[in-house]
Amino acid sequence: MVDLEKAKIVVSRFKDIEGGLLECLHAIQHSFGYIPKETLDIMADGFNISRAEVHGVVSYYHDFKTKQSGRKTVRVCQAEACQAMGSRTLTDHIKKKLKLDLGETDEKGDYSLEAVYCFGNCSLSPNVEVDGKLHARVSSDDFDTLISTGAE
Amino acid sequence: MVKVYIPRDTSSISMGADDVAAAIAALSEDTDIVRNGTWGMTYLEPLVEVETNQGRVAYGPVKSEDIPSLHKAGFLNGGDHELCHGFTSEIEYLETQDRLTFVRCGLIDPLSIVDYVNNGGYHGLENALKLSQKTIVEEVTTSGLRGRGGAAFPTGIKWNTVLEAVGDQKYICCNADEGDSGTFSDRILMESDPFCLVEGMTIAGIAVGATKGYIYLRSEYPLCKEILNAALKIARNENYLGKNVCGSEKSFDIEVRIGAGSYVCGEETAMLDSLEGKRGMVRAKPPLPAHVGLFGKPTVINNVLSLASIPIILSKGGDYYKNFGIGRSRGTIAFQLTGNIKRGGLVEKAFGGTLAEMIDTYGGGTYSGKPVKAAQVGGPLGAYIAKDDFDLLLDYEAFSEAGAVLGHCGIVVFDETANMKAQAKFAFEFCAIESCGKCTPCRIGSTRGAELIDSGNLELMEELCDLMDTSSLCAMGGMTPIPVKSALKNWPEDFRSSDSKDV
Repeated sequence: MVDLEKAKIVVSRFKDIEGGLLECLHAIQHSFGYIPKETLDIMADGFNISRAEVHGVVSYYHDFKTKQSGRKTVRVCQAEACQAMGSRTLTDHIKKKLKLDLGETDEKGDYSLEAVYCFGNCSLSPNVEVDGKLHARVSSDDFDTLISTGAE
Repeated sequence: MVKVYIPRDTSSISMGADDVAAAIAALSEDTDIVRNGTWGMTYLEPLVEVETNQGRVAYGPVKSEDIPSLHKAGFLNGGDHELCHGFTSEIEYLETQDRLTFVRCGLIDPLSIVDYVNNGGYHGLENALKLSQKTIVEEVTTSGLRGRGGAAFPTGIKWNTVLEAVGDQKYICCNADEGDSGTFSDRILMESDPFCLVEGMTIAGIAVGATKGYIYLRSEYPLCKEILNAALKIARNENYLGKNVCGSEKSFDIEVRIGAGSYVCGEETAMLDSLEGKRGMVRAKPPLPAHVGLFGKPTVINNVLSLASIPIILSKGGDYYKNFGIGRSRGTIAFQLTGNIKRGGLVEKAFGGTLAEMIDTYGGGTYSGKPVKAAQVGGPLGAYIAKDDFDLLLDYEAFSEAGAVLGHCGIVVFDETANMKAQAKFAFEFCAIESCGKCTPCRIGSTRGAELIDSGNLELMEELCDLMDTSSLCAMGGMTPIPVKSALKNWPEDFRSSDSKDV
């Protein structure tokens, strides 16, 4: 069950901030791990816009998730500076290792695999983020080590 | 106490700087560890510096495993070691740069306002507070500063438009949505010298009569968010922000807003919609944001580095800044050497060098050691330039004439293993993923373009490129043809092969 009272408290913090919907969505996602559809009405009420408008914003941005992510999220840069250092091969390796395609979460909810277009660490490519921590100059072997050691 | 500097920027941390700091802290209680910003010599990160009577001695790249041998070599007294590079200030990579905007990056503790002021900070604001609004804008116009985000529009002219616009409220919006692959100069500035951006925005606010500023920061930069918010709090406490800035009649404050992973929100009007809490859709111009901008009010939109160049312009004068550079490209620009490059990092130089100087002299060639094949300059919408054209002058106009763009000055180097057909196809695919969807050439053309590359119908693809170029609403669709056409022009042989996946 989605704790709607918690969502109302979050929305009340942002509803009077000019243009605050994105900040509110970030906070909702931070609280719940994703944007539960049950919270859309609360945001629509708070910001005095339609539910469709809130949905439009949620669906526009790559960052906002409408489903629970895995316990760990692996994000692999797919942009040019990482491509120049073999990110295509690395991505293929990661897909095989996690048995996931980009944008997928495994059935047990252990891992989500996501594409990112640039972490801004392009002198030390390729870059992979595991569980919020950025790792530079990652080889396929490095990735296996990161995953096996828990990557903390 | 021995002062040891260990950077706390995204690059250093991604290479283990936090572990290095912990290992050095464990060595002795007699060390004073300062987490400074980065000098931008990314290839040496984490770059540990030890303060000695003669100056700061540099060691890098340091891993936590290196600490025992460094300790044995007496690095806390500046002792020699295979990782030692001598005095930081004498490292050729750094010594030969023209540091104006990045003058304090690496030097200071980013969140020490005392360090900031002791190294020239807030002198520009002090001067600005004595000048009329018009004179401040004139000084910026004199400097010849052009928008560092990539569009290179003269900053002074933009400010003047907002100054003359009538509005009960005006805004300063800092575009910190640095989404181009191969760029990180905004990040380095924000992580290593945040007060410089704060000061620049404050001067902009005073110049045009805005009392509120927003920094639109991409969500991929969480450390910037932390550092900027901490800096804003300090600046407010010290009365550099808020009501009656520095005891003057002027008021100005800044808020950080976080994007949500959309590349096109780096386009200024899409950024405004995003700041308003909407889908980041591109607006048709006119009206210009300078007249009808954020929440419908006159708004200055500048890139991080444009705003961070303002303090030195107001401190040393527009003429001082203008004396750097060539032609209509005045001042300095931060090149970012990235991708398959041996010595990657940030190089701030006056306009006028060559691409070869950047890639060979500073960059030292490829990381893989294989011959260079191409460099993409100016982000995902920039041209792929062939090795034979590396004598191209680093100047806005020279790049335009060559059908290329300097943009935000990211230089992504590829070695001979790169497949340019794959890169061209990626340009279309990226456009399809990131298009805001408002105009048809970009929304649909990008997908059709990728299909045409696969099908090999290059004649039709070139026609499509011309259409996207002439009829897209913004640079996203309008410039996607640049990397595609440059790849096809320079490496037609790559397009004859059936494989576009391998690089």
